[in-house]
Amino acid sequence: MKDALDHQILAGNTRAAARLMRLIDDRHPAAPDILAGLFPHTGDAYVIGITGNPGSGKSTLVNQLITEFRSRNDTVGCIAVDPTSPFSGGAILGDRVRMQDHAGDDGVFIRSVATRGHLGGLSRSTPAMVQVMDAMGFDVILIETVGVGQDEIEIVRLADTSLVVMVPGLGDDIQADKAGLMEIADVFVLNKSDRPAISQLRRQLQTMLSLHHQTSPDDTYRRPPLINTNALTGDGIDALVGAIDDHRLHLDEILDPQRRFQHRCAHLVRAIARTELEQRFHSACHSPDFDELIDQVADGRLDPYSAAQRLAATMLR
Amino acid sequence: MRSDTYAPTTYRILIGKPGLDGHDRGAKVVARALRDAGFEVIYSGLHQTPEALVQTAIQEDVDGIGLSILSGAHNTLMPRVVELLRDEGADDIFVFGGGIIPDDDIPQLKAAGVAEIFTPGTATSTIIDFVRGTCDKKYGRSDSGDP
Repeated sequence: MKDALDHQILAGNTRAAARLMRLIDDRHPAAPDILAGLFPHTGDAYVIGITGNPGSGKSTLVNQLITEFRSRNDTVGCIAVDPTSPFSGGAILGDRVRMQDHAGDDGVFIRSVATRGHLGGLSRSTPAMVQVMDAMGFDVILIETVGVGQDEIEIVRLADTSLVVMVPGLGDDIQADKAGLMEIADVFVLNKSDRPAISQLRRQLQTMLSLHHQTSPDDTYRRPPLINTNALTGDGIDALVGAIDDHRLHLDEILDPQRRFQHRCAHLVRAIARTELEQRFHSACHSPDFDELIDQVADGRLDPYSAAQRLAATMLR
Repeated sequence: MRSDTYAPTTYRILIGKPGLDGHDRGAKVVARALRDAGFEVIYSGLHQTPEALVQTAIQEDVDGIGLSILSGAHNTLMPRVVELLRDEGADDIFVFGGGIIPDDDIPQLKAAGVAEIFTPGTATSTIIDFVRGTCDKKYGRSDSGDP
């Protein structure tokens, strides 16, 4: 299966790439070898993350961004993440509904992914799926996270440019001062800009950003621009793509390509190792040794803290 | 592509609305039922062409496509999807359908390669059993394991 798949993927075969993505999602033992073969062919794609509250218009915005990038002849891969039900393990992946404008365009590859219990706004498989699209030669890869609240910010390590989508009417200015999501934006997208409260939202963000600048001085800090968009009509999308381009230039200035690639490699290795550890943790928690350990804690022969240390030690063996 | 060395942990199904009718309550009920039965369900949205649905099915690597049609165009659209899958070498993806479909049309749809047709009044459990059973068979699983 391996040889066939990686050759087909490098030749741009969608079916083979789609199958590998499924092997990745299913944690199939054949996937890491195939990915290792693809790795030398990666590193050229520009990765853009889109995150924000549920219903803020992320998918509609992605649809418009695809149009804009396609008009420049960039090919676009898109990974759209939606939540898995914690009860049934099933999911409804509905982001494509808003991306219908690109049906039939061979320069666009959209893949819907379920979180399968992973927290952080992405699926465990997302970093490897980006690798697959990168190896296929897509110029731009858009990653739409699940609709996130405040702390699901894993996207920032995976994307070159992170967009945080805000909409008016979701809270007062103390929300803007909270940590997490608000700190990761390279560009703030103020969507649904036809709503009257948009100017209030803009003011709140501006206040928040000016305080940040005074309290965390940093040479490489760049104040994220605020871009008004109306994803339904397409208003402001050209300005948004301009802001993404500006941020890309900024990255080129502060980090040489080699260093950037190093950052990306570091993230990838961490993500792969974390998945491996999670898998070991899962098997360690479903073993007779684990049951024995729990018996000891329940009988009062062992305290839970020592038991946890022993469990952790078995994982690393 | 051969699937014989691979058995997925989770089955993936595309629920598609081809053609011009805008009645998607049924499609959404089936999508929701499959979700609650543990499937990953990709919903296409309204007004899709057969070409777009087949492209989606391939990009998403689904096991089957459920087509919801209430416009009367099933005799054209359903066989077209089957034909396009065959053209793409993706005829391991099965096609099933539902909607306002006269009993008299069902034999010719099945002859054209549609695996099953569900008409109004079908219990969602019947649809789930069919989809799971067909997926199990596809991967050589005899009993109904977890999708």
